[in-house]
Amino acid sequence: MSSEYDATETLDVKGQSCPMPIVKTKQAIDDLESGDLLEVVATDSGSMSDIQGWAAGTSGVELLDQVEGDDLYTHYVKKTE
Amino acid sequence: MSTDNQTPSADDADPASDAAELQALRERVDELEASLSELDDGDEQQKLTIVATQGSFDMAYPPLILGSTAAAFGWDVVVFHTFWGLDILHEEKSKNLKLSAVGNPNMPMPNALAAIPGMDRMATRMMEKKIDENGTATIEELIDLSLESGVDLQACQMTIELMDYDEDDFYDGVTTGVGAATALQHMAESDIQLLV
Repeated sequence: MSSEYDATETLDVKGQSCPMPIVKTKQAIDDLESGDLLEVVATDSGSMSDIQGWAAGTSGVELLDQVEGDDLYTHYVKKTE
Repeated sequence: MSTDNQTPSADDADPASDAAELQALRERVDELEASLSELDDGDEQQKLTIVATQGSFDMAYPPLILGSTAAAFGWDVVVFHTFWGLDILHEEKSKNLKLSAVGNPNMPMPNALAAIPGMDRMATRMMEKKIDENGTATIEELIDLSLESGVDLQACQMTIELMDYDEDDFYDGVTTGVGAATALQHMAESDIQLLV
């Protein structure tokens, strides 16, 4: 996948539905360092709204971008703290 | 502000009483500010308490999904399991939770058919298949995830005894030895309380 972002790590949650994309994203972010960028690749269309809501309600993370492709939803979450 | 701010009053003539009153007011303001800042400090982390009372296959999902998601938000989460909700935490029973076909208007069959022995099992199998196809997590996976992410899954002690369960029957990490008072205490401290 071509992307303008240089992700530190990619989390593949394709085929998994709510709440897995969120819960796995949280776990992956916990394992990263401040300043790292996590790319989350999901097939769950609900992840667009869910990741946005999660990032807005969680301190120490910033949602940089969300890309909607063919049945593929890619999220870029930066760990800020 | 007017320069003529001397309102005539009875204690106007007594500066000592004014000073004492001012001092008392200042102390009261300090006190209130201190208690306000205490409140602000406790406001940082959201707290959610869910009371899970149902033990059917479908009703096991909402508390587990909301609980694990809230933990992903960094919230402090307590799920108090009582009555049939206790079966969700029971290692053996949780693997055999059933979907009821009878009296369930969402089932594509009349009650007369749904009441035939084995129908609950069939309905449950159908739902399990759909859950698998949809990539939805199993109940066991959600329990593991919840415990892993720090959700406090509590088993009501009264129900444990009522159902003749043993404390060892539950998943490792489940809190036992808690009752209604503990649940109420968590509810009182929570920003959100849900009964499922």
